[in-house]
Amino acid sequence: MNALATILEVRGLSVSLPIGGKLTPVVTDMNLSIARGEAVALVGESGCGKSMTARAIIGLPPPGAEIAGSIVLKGQELTQLTPSERRRIGGREIGFIFQEPMTSLHPTLSIGAQMTDGLRYHLGLSRTAALERARELLDRVGIPRGRDILAGHAHQLSGGMRQRVVIAMAIACGPSLVIADEPTTALDVTIQAQVLDLLARMREELGLAMLYITHDLEVVADFCDRAIVMYAGDRVEDGQPEQCLTRPRHPYTSGLVAAIPRMGGTSARLSPIPGQVPPVGAWPAGCRFAPRCAIADEICATRPVFDAGVRCWRPLASPAP
Amino acid sequence: MIRYIGRRLLLILPTIFVPLILVFLMLRLAPGDPAAQILGDQATPDQVAALRHDMGLDQPLVVQFVFWLKGVLTLHLGASFFFRQPVIDILPSYAFVTIQVALLALFIALVVGACAGVAAALKRDTPIDRGLVALAVLGLSLPEFWFALLLIFLFAVTWRIFPVAGYVAPSEGLVASFMTIALPAIALGLRQSALMTRMMRSSMLDVMSEPYIATARAQGLPERRVVLRYALRVAAAPFVTVAGLSASHLLSGAVAIELIFSLPGLGKLLIDAVGRRDYPVVEGAVLAIAIMLAILNLAIDLLYALLDPRVRLS
Amino acid sequence: MSPRLPNDMSATTATIAPAARRAGLARRLAAKPTAALAILVLAGLIAAILAAPLLTHASPLKIDPAHRLLSPRTGHLMGTDHLGRDMLAIVLYGGRTSLIVGFFVTAIAMSVAIALGLLSGFYRRIDAVLMRIVDGLMAFPGIVLATAAAGYIGPSVTTVVLALSLVLIAPALRVVRGQTLIVRELPMIEAARAVGLRETHILTRYILPAVLSPILIQASFVFSAAVLGEAALSFIGLGVGAKDVSWGGALAEARDYIQNGWWIVVFPGAALVLTILSLNLLGDSLRDALDPKLAGRRA
Repeated sequence: MNALATILEVRGLSVSLPIGGKLTPVVTDMNLSIARGEAVALVGESGCGKSMTARAIIGLPPPGAEIAGSIVLKGQELTQLTPSERRRIGGREIGFIFQEPMTSLHPTLSIGAQMTDGLRYHLGLSRTAALERARELLDRVGIPRGRDILAGHAHQLSGGMRQRVVIAMAIACGPSLVIADEPTTALDVTIQAQVLDLLARMREELGLAMLYITHDLEVVADFCDRAIVMYAGDRVEDGQPEQCLTRPRHPYTSGLVAAIPRMGGTSARLSPIPGQVPPVGAWPAGCRFAPRCAIADEICATRPVFDAGVRCWRPLASPAP
Repeated sequence: MIRYIGRRLLLILPTIFVPLILVFLMLRLAPGDPAAQILGDQATPDQVAALRHDMGLDQPLVVQFVFWLKGVLTLHLGASFFFRQPVIDILPSYAFVTIQVALLALFIALVVGACAGVAAALKRDTPIDRGLVALAVLGLSLPEFWFALLLIFLFAVTWRIFPVAGYVAPSEGLVASFMTIALPAIALGLRQSALMTRMMRSSMLDVMSEPYIATARAQGLPERRVVLRYALRVAAAPFVTVAGLSASHLLSGAVAIELIFSLPGLGKLLIDAVGRRDYPVVEGAVLAIAIMLAILNLAIDLLYALLDPRVRLS
Repeated sequence: MSPRLPNDMSATTATIAPAARRAGLARRLAAKPTAALAILVLAGLIAAILAAPLLTHASPLKIDPAHRLLSPRTGHLMGTDHLGRDMLAIVLYGGRTSLIVGFFVTAIAMSVAIALGLLSGFYRRIDAVLMRIVDGLMAFPGIVLATAAAGYIGPSVTTVVLALSLVLIAPALRVVRGQTLIVRELPMIEAARAVGLRETHILTRYILPAVLSPILIQASFVFSAAVLGEAALSFIGLGVGAKDVSWGGALAEARDYIQNGWWIVVFPGAALVLTILSLNLLGDSLRDALDPKLAGRRA
């Protein structure tokens, strides 16, 4: 990838939230870059900071959050913008797809009104032009008879249809980056595949950079070019999804993979990672995974550096040549 | 939609008949003979018996109830002992005054409550929020009639902006009429404003944490637009339903307020009728209030259906 | 499977306060400044009202035309009214009426509401009928109904208590019923049924304790509404009658002398507002303490 094609470049991002009156870090030292047409998966359990990373990028952190580091979108440093400039990046430059298609659409505004709001605001389209564009977008995401849908409301649509509408809204103003926060988690398995296909097609057709947030590494293995595994606010591994699945290098990634139920697997038993994710604010000073790690030793009491795609003193296998 | 209206109509029946039946039973089951009370101490037993017969009080309760129900359904409420004319002819002019004051009070409450509630929710946990919440708690604890006395003391006695009491009909001058109902409406609207502020605040806080608000924000829309177009639309729905309950509270307060300001409304009529033992008028006033509330609640249900398409279709 | 009769319901829902949580209630209430203040003010008011004969030698009924409409001063801490009656005595003895009415209305309305609410929440058929009646009562202005009732029966403390109880049963009943409906679906009730406990036993031993915290919250609001209702009824002349001193009655008389002295309006009213405000704050704090899910929401 050449530097010109880099859409998003995040360097040293950290997010702290006021918890119990104290500013507590929830994401630390996060680096990631996404090129045009590239899809990157952000993988981890709930509470690992992956959604918070996404919210920091789009500029909608929870109230009171403190954000440090640099977020560069197409050469523009987002953290230097005024709040209202920052706000306008959303929708225009970054499309966002939320997890819950059942609740991420407004219950009482018509689909058409919701879809055209962004178009009219960002692109200055007239009502009719925006509606026509919305109909085209629906057509594009595989919803025929768009005109009927536009006049209707969210509760009249199935979950899959709603997610298609949300995807159409995310790509409406021609963003260069789309962030999808577990967009298929709430859907049936067959619908999941359709939505993933649609996202892949949109990425290809529109040359989108895509950040795909998920807790399920396997689902995105075919879909993403790169996977970043997060644990307790840290990026612990960064590599190709296939390599993470078959030759994980961080013990946590290895544990995640071992916990995936496998069809026709030789072992009937899943091997869960012992212990629990330490709560935010109670992270160990050294390697945050050390208390649960089978191979941790003294050195793990100091914080490992991120090197060669992994943040671990004792990486498991070496990467494929 | 028609089924929805039908169901609503059915649900509204008890709100008319439960209070009416209670009033019917109270008169008949209360200790003492209403006829004797009406006629006073000088009445002979014969006169009392005659009046008992006229009022139908010598009939079994069930028979009385059937006759009474027939009267209510055909709006034959009997004649007032005091006014010497059918109750149904007396009610409209009194109802008009009450409606006038209650609507102005409701309007004040809605505007103040909506603005204060939204402001508090958007400025959550700031001094503005805490101040508004504290004011709302205080407002909820202020009895209307006491607040009315303070208003009279300040605005009618000390500064002489508004008349102390009395009523001018709109037909005799809109401004003069407004001046006579302004203080009563403010006094009445205060507690409801406080109630609605709390309602609106919690409703807004709920809505602002909904995913579709995050969607609208992620669309890059300005916060003003997110609040006004996306949040308020949903937050207003429970707010609208509360208006029905609020109207009922308003009429509760209206009894004392109409007395203080000498407004010829239903509340004043009720108190006077109770004092004169003019029982047909008491029943009439209760019926008029029940019907007014029923109509208002029905209107609110329809408004609700317009605000929320899910209601229309289910 | 051995039938487990769970004592621990902490995992079920936040709206239900288990006995263990209730134990720390007093401490949690005291920790909140508004709650502590409300309790302090209420305690002070009640103490002053009970100790009225010690605090003033004046009688609230003694007319003294020579000393009418005196402004607050030594001897008459709160001044005198248009008949020369001591305002401090009126405020203190009027509070007695408020407390008596508040206490009996709360006791009657809550008992009826608990009994009917449990039945209504537990038996569908009773529920259908009862809820229509409650709807009808709730939609109708309480003071209007109480006015009619007081008018028929004649002014007295008993009348006021009965009329206000009648009006205040409905909202409390609905709360108890709503909570019963939630608790009824809990696994512990199913378990109790499975081991063959009688319905009355389930109702009194399992459901009643679980619905106690909303009842407690509701009781403080009923008390406050009763104090307000008594004052309103007395204000319009259909309250406790002339023999009994009452804040509402004092305010009604003050209406015509409002230009002669602020004290005859301010003191009884302030006592009324202080009482209602403290009760409301207490109810709010109870709700926040017993129902953490709502804390800060309704504020």
